[in-house]
Amino acid sequence: MERPFAITLEVGSSRHNKTGTWRVERPVYVDRLPPCNDACPAGENIQGWLYHAESGDYESAWRKLMEDNPLPAVMGRVCYHPCQTACNRGKLDEEVGINSVEHFLGDIALDKGWMPETAATDTGRTALIIGAGPSGLSAAYHLRRLGHTVTIYEAGANPGGMMRYGIPKYRLPREVLDAEIRRIEAMGVEIVLNHKVDDLAAVLAEKRFDAVFLAIGAEIGKRAYVPAGESARILDAVSFLHSMEGQAPPLLGRRVAIYGGGNTAMDAARTAKRLGATDAVVVYRRTRDRMPAHDVEVEEAVEEGVEMRWLSTVKHADAGKLLLEKMTLDEKGMPTPTGEFEELEADSLILALGQEVDLELLRNVDGVVATDGVVQVDRNMMTGVPGLFAGGDMVPGERTVTVGVGHGKLAARNIDAWLRGTSFSKGGRPELADFDLLNTWYYSDAPQTVRAKLDVARRRSTFDEVVQGLDESNALFEARRCLSCGNCFECDNCYGVCPDNSVIKLGPGLRYEFDYDYCKGCGICAQECPCGAIKMVPESI
Amino acid sequence: MPFQPIKFYQTGSFVVGNRLLSEDQRSVQSSQARTNSLTLGHRACQGCGEALGARYALDAAMRATDNQMVVANATGCLEVFTTPFPETSWQIPWIHSLFGNSAAVGTGIAAALRSKGRQDIRVVAQAGDGGTVDIGFGPLSGMFERNDDVLFICYDNEAYMNTGVQRSGATPPAARTATTDAVGPHPGEDFGKGKNLPLIAMAHEIPYVATATVAELRDLEYKVEKAMSFHGARYIHVLVPCPLGWGSAPSDTIRLSRMAKETGLFPVFEAEGGEVTSVSNIRHQLPVEEYLRPQRRYQHLFRPQPDTETIGRIQAIADKNISRFGLLNGEPK
Ligand SMILES: Cc1cc2nc3c(=O)[nH]c(=O)nc-3n(C[C@H](O)[C@H](O)[C@H](O)COP(=O)(O)OP(=O)(O)OC[C@H]3O[C@@H](n4cnc5c(N)ncnc54)[C@H](O)[C@@H]3O)c2cc1C
Ligand SMILES: Cc1ncc(C[n+]2csc(CCOP(=O)(O)OP(=O)(O)O)c2C)c(N)n1
Ligand code: SF4
Ligand code: SF4
Ligand code: SF4
Ligand SMILES: [Mg+2]
Repeated sequence: MERPFAITLEVGSSRHNKTGTWRVERPVYVDRLPPCNDACPAGENIQGWLYHAESGDYESAWRKLMEDNPLPAVMGRVCYHPCQTACNRGKLDEEVGINSVEHFLGDIALDKGWMPETAATDTGRTALIIGAGPSGLSAAYHLRRLGHTVTIYEAGANPGGMMRYGIPKYRLPREVLDAEIRRIEAMGVEIVLNHKVDDLAAVLAEKRFDAVFLAIGAEIGKRAYVPAGESARILDAVSFLHSMEGQAPPLLGRRVAIYGGGNTAMDAARTAKRLGATDAVVVYRRTRDRMPAHDVEVEEAVEEGVEMRWLSTVKHADAGKLLLEKMTLDEKGMPTPTGEFEELEADSLILALGQEVDLELLRNVDGVVATDGVVQVDRNMMTGVPGLFAGGDMVPGERTVTVGVGHGKLAARNIDAWLRGTSFSKGGRPELADFDLLNTWYYSDAPQTVRAKLDVARRRSTFDEVVQGLDESNALFEARRCLSCGNCFECDNCYGVCPDNSVIKLGPGLRYEFDYDYCKGCGICAQECPCGAIKMVPESI
Repeated sequence: MPFQPIKFYQTGSFVVGNRLLSEDQRSVQSSQARTNSLTLGHRACQGCGEALGARYALDAAMRATDNQMVVANATGCLEVFTTPFPETSWQIPWIHSLFGNSAAVGTGIAAALRSKGRQDIRVVAQAGDGGTVDIGFGPLSGMFERNDDVLFICYDNEAYMNTGVQRSGATPPAARTATTDAVGPHPGEDFGKGKNLPLIAMAHEIPYVATATVAELRDLEYKVEKAMSFHGARYIHVLVPCPLGWGSAPSDTIRLSRMAKETGLFPVFEAEGGEVTSVSNIRHQLPVEEYLRPQRRYQHLFRPQPDTETIGRIQAIADKNISRFGLLNGEPK
């Protein structure tokens, strides 16, 4: 071949030079576990659904959420959102308002009438669920999605458990609760109301169901012995709040004292205020920072005029007044009496000292172990009786709607495996996407959007919902505050920053690949990935 | 106006792409169809800032000129690691000349195109800092003076890297190079030496001068595109960290570029006709120490004890830049 003067070789491309051989460490794409997901008791893939919400695709976001939790509109109102406490953005400016976006998605789904998917084919297997609280409803939903035939026996006149008979309307409007439960029923779950199971052994003996999930909650208000005069008026918070659903509200008088420091105490106090009490005073043995009630609940109660009496116990109750003893905290933080007393004017005393499980129905069942008043289950949510599962408030653990929903899901996945004669495994837990793995330079500075609240005057006198939802543009903004911890969100940074063009962009939704023929292993991509989705691993020699 | 960052879309325009932005708001580098002016298999060191900066700048120039572009390249790493005979990494019309004359070659190409009536083809000349501020300075100043229709891009890695890290007129004070060893009473490069080429270019009152770093891709692309909207002599000075010469981790190339800007040591601005028209504000200000410490060329400032006096003198340079260019509030003094 003719070549120009002094040229001995043909021009070739540097592609002949496979620089990948220089590498001692290789970058790999990983999906790490975002701390929010890790903290969600219902096991939601929060980062996963926010990813869709960020692009304004709310339906996909909602569907992703519904893979784990059938009650987003409820959740967006009542969940104590441990996800937000764990959120990495909290270390940057303020945590992502996950709960408010969930609230928005839950509402828009109800508005648009979106329906969850169900399995294409029925398995013909049957499951019985006892109790239509959040835990039972969640198990029912997940089992139905997997194609099983599900029946719920519910003692009450309406489904919902403590979501209806505990949590007041001003925090959870009943139309929202009803609509989300109706959606579960529309999937083919049968709820038999006014059907209390008194003797579980008898139900099991009928052998009508292939598996049973127990979720009867903890619905008996704990009684503490309070010495009282004959005409003292003492009620328990659970029955008091229960009576708000349809029954005539009890006569409380103008001055109401509430004994206890949990969320139930706050709800009872705020409800008393709304019923017309001039004074609603919470009496608690310890100090505010040791109170089990969540900060927002205490704040909202105080905003509405609820008063707090810290470091106090009720010694004696009489008509129109209480005798309180002042307490002090010892070095271990235990309240100890001081011998100092004071009087508090109160027409009635509401006890909010916790709840117990009614284990009566289990009396003839062999093999179920109850310790400290709660039923013991294994990691698969199964009791000592094969095929009998339990969850929610009646088993050990935190007592929240979200934990109940999570138990229901876990139980459903295990019941499904049980029904199919296989075993369910959660799969390996990915590495946590710690804050240190993020390159926060890349994120826009953006403070949290806060949900508006009803004005205080209306909160004191009506049961209207206190916390208002976000509108579309706010919800979108809030979703976009998510850092997408540990999971690629297709920002193209790795594709751009590689000096060796060794990142292959596969196209929208398809993510990227490394070209290991040429990647020299410099690690810029891993360092500059905003969300920590690239890991450098040593090459084996 | 400098490049206006797009806000509130999670990462806005800080990242290369961002799926939440519309296609026309995304960078050239995010596109699957980018030119890759510099392709795979080049022999630059791991984490080379110059390889990255050249691809960023030239891909943007290719888009801005509708692929009608010729590049003249000076000797230096950029030439050596891309064209070991008989291979080339260049996927654009590219010509090599000498260490000192890429501006002159660019001028010649522009003149030839003009006489052939091919005003549609644009010319870029490029060099390292040595090829720009030292040996290439005469031809470059002439190109500025004649206002030749060439965009000159300097990839500044602050020394002669290709030949083994000798000092150049762009080597910063206190930096160790092979010819400014870390020995004696004033180790490293002397204070008060060197040339600031962006300011010298401005003194020629050419249509457009800009500085940029590989840490802010969107800003760099914006400046290249803007430079291509002018005719006449234009100059862009890009800071490109060199892991070998700086003694830095290959993975730190972009981080160090970012820190150079955030400390104020490398002011990022643009100027038209000799006047500064915009500066890029510091977003999260850093003390110079954080920039110096990860680089082995400054390690004598930290061993055995931190040399607070010298570090203080470097901080004073940053502080002067900050007030001179108004890097904290966009108001130059
Ligand atoms: C006042 C109050 C406020 C609360 N606020 C919140 C909150 O804001 N956020 C939060 O996360 N959690 C809150 N909780 C806790 C939360 O409501 C419970 O943890 C949750 O409802 C438990 O769900 P579960 O399904 O286990 O039981 P439950 O909700 O108690 O439901 C049990 C269901 O089983 C039925 N049942 C019981 N026995 C039988 C039987 N023998 N046969 C048939 N059916 C039976 C009951 O009628 C009931 O419907 C609150 C609780 C109270 C009391
Ligand atoms: C006239 C002449 N003198 C010296 C050299 C050797 N030489 C080649 S490149 C280079 C230094 C390049 O430095 P710079 O321009 O900063 O580019 P870098 O390699 O740092 O990117 C030198 C001294 C030469 N090629 N020609
Ligand atoms: S930033 Fe997003 S992914 Fe990260 S913890 Fe918060 S909500 Fe989860
Ligand atoms: S930036 Fe490129 S060369 Fe460097 S490790 Fe990543 S893929 Fe490899
Ligand atoms: S740099 Fe961006 S595109 Fe690359 S893995 Fe990380 S998030 Fe995904
Ligand atoms: Mg150089």
